[in-house]
Amino acid sequence: MSASDALFEPRKQRRALVARLFHAACVLITGGAVVVLGVLLYRVWHDGSELLSLEFLDRFPSQITPEKAGVKSALWGTVWLIGLTAAVAIPTGVGAAVYLQEYAPRNAFTRLIQLNIANLAGVPSIVYGLLGLAVFVRWLRFDRSVLSGSLTMSLLILPVVIIASREAIAAVPNSIREAAFALGATRWQTVRHHVLPAAAPGILTGVILSMARAMGETAPLIMIGALTYIRFVPGGTHEAAPGLAGWVGWFGEAIRDPFVVLPIQIFNWAEQAQPIFHKLAAAGIVVLLTVMLILNGAAVVLRAFWQRKQP
Amino acid sequence: MKLTGLEVRPPMTRTADSVRTSFVVEPKPVPERTPSVISIDRLSVLYGTHVAVKEVSMEIAERRVTAIIGPSGCGKSTLLRSINRMNDFIAGIGFQGAIRFRGRDIRDPGYDPIDLRRSVGMVFQKPNPFPKSIYRNVAWGAAINGYRGDLTQLVEDALKKAALWEEVKDKLSQSALALSGGQQQRLCIARAIALQPEVLLMDEPCSALDPIATARIEDLIDKLKAQYTVVLVTHNMQQAGRVSDYTAFMYMGELIEMDATGRIFTNPQVRKTQDYITGRFG
Repeated sequence: MSASDALFEPRKQRRALVARLFHAACVLITGGAVVVLGVLLYRVWHDGSELLSLEFLDRFPSQITPEKAGVKSALWGTVWLIGLTAAVAIPTGVGAAVYLQEYAPRNAFTRLIQLNIANLAGVPSIVYGLLGLAVFVRWLRFDRSVLSGSLTMSLLILPVVIIASREAIAAVPNSIREAAFALGATRWQTVRHHVLPAAAPGILTGVILSMARAMGETAPLIMIGALTYIRFVPGGTHEAAPGLAGWVGWFGEAIRDPFVVLPIQIFNWAEQAQPIFHKLAAAGIVVLLTVMLILNGAAVVLRAFWQRKQP
Repeated sequence: MKLTGLEVRPPMTRTADSVRTSFVVEPKPVPERTPSVISIDRLSVLYGTHVAVKEVSMEIAERRVTAIIGPSGCGKSTLLRSINRMNDFIAGIGFQGAIRFRGRDIRDPGYDPIDLRRSVGMVFQKPNPFPKSIYRNVAWGAAINGYRGDLTQLVEDALKKAALWEEVKDKLSQSALALSGGQQQRLCIARAIALQPEVLLMDEPCSALDPIATARIEDLIDKLKAQYTVVLVTHNMQQAGRVSDYTAFMYMGELIEMDATGRIFTNPQVRKTQDYITGRFG
């Protein structure tokens, strides 16, 4: 015992108890969430498994013979919607983030833009649906097409993509930029070779989250009128002429096709009275979750590959 | 001058410091005169209204080591970073006066800072290798500047000049981040050398390193001056005394005194310089 011991009252037992309690609370909360998720997944699987088959993926929905219904149009609608949304939102979002973080001057105007982006991330999705209806469906006359849906969805996820990308870019240490500039690099060379590769994992995380959100969103698509009983996939009714020009022409037709996506199909089935439709809905949920899992898994693999490739 | 709590040392340490200083620095011969490469002409640098560098004029001699010493916040880093225009990125910075590199005003609108930085390399306070392979760290600067020779040979030469080749020649494709701090700093020197610069600016290059790594960098600086002009900012007076040919003492943005290192350390003309060197303040 030294003289200074009298100055401290460690209360070690009490502190250890608080630490254990907090640990237990964390385990309990995490465990609770996992259990709830497990129960949900089990219920869905239990209800939907009897209708699940490879044919389920390759059949169109049907009101008359629900036991022969499938998610082909919805699955392909989702693939088209997500593909187009990614093609629009990722370059725009990452580009805006790079501009705001690396190029834009820090003044009142850019601060206003940043504040607005943060606010837009919190706007309810139905509002984006209304915007899409007014701008893309009516004003630009894209009709109720997969193009209108993708553009609406892009607007919806853009704020999230921009914010996540900005955070990732801001986290790149300034010493890296200085090192590049001191070697006579231009700003673009610095961004292209050092800032973006270092920020890529963070950007990818934001992109994955927003893509998952776009895949699950229903309200804005209902607003712009993604129909439910669609017995074809986008581009399925057009013939592509040979050659690149033919393919481009087919693509232009395809993105103007009406479409349905998995969440809307599921919602529609769940609304019906007969039990068979509820099973269809459950099977549709399993498909949606699987698609989401595949997409996220691919992104995780890509991110790991990116990080390993760095040297 | 800004003083943070960390820098306030008890008087005892100061006495010990001054004893050590006078012990380590033996009178150095005055170096042979060489032409001036960089000429700083009444340069003032302002951050908004704060004057960080105040009407500083100095000539940097070719193939010599010039040390800039002074207490924290005296403007020595600001001055150094003005020489290769690294301060351009700071919003609200203002310049008066001129810096001439080989007779040409570096702030001349026709002078691309990219050309300037190729000729005037920089090594930073904290080693900042790119999170890439050792090879790409050294090769990148040359590659983006359109180097037409053999890149592999260039990397080897630069690493040899930076006294790092023997330690890394078998792991050029490994990440530079796996190297020790001292090795990383020598890699940063190699990276700067690979651009075949004329001048190397070093901003307290040893402040994040242990004494052994510091000694290696100091040896390296001594070798580098055969080929390059080195400007070294340091707050370590012993280091300035050991490696530099000329020493400039700055205080509160002003250049107080500049002379051959041997003379500055043994016979400073200004009282303030003497006080700083003997550890009476700082």
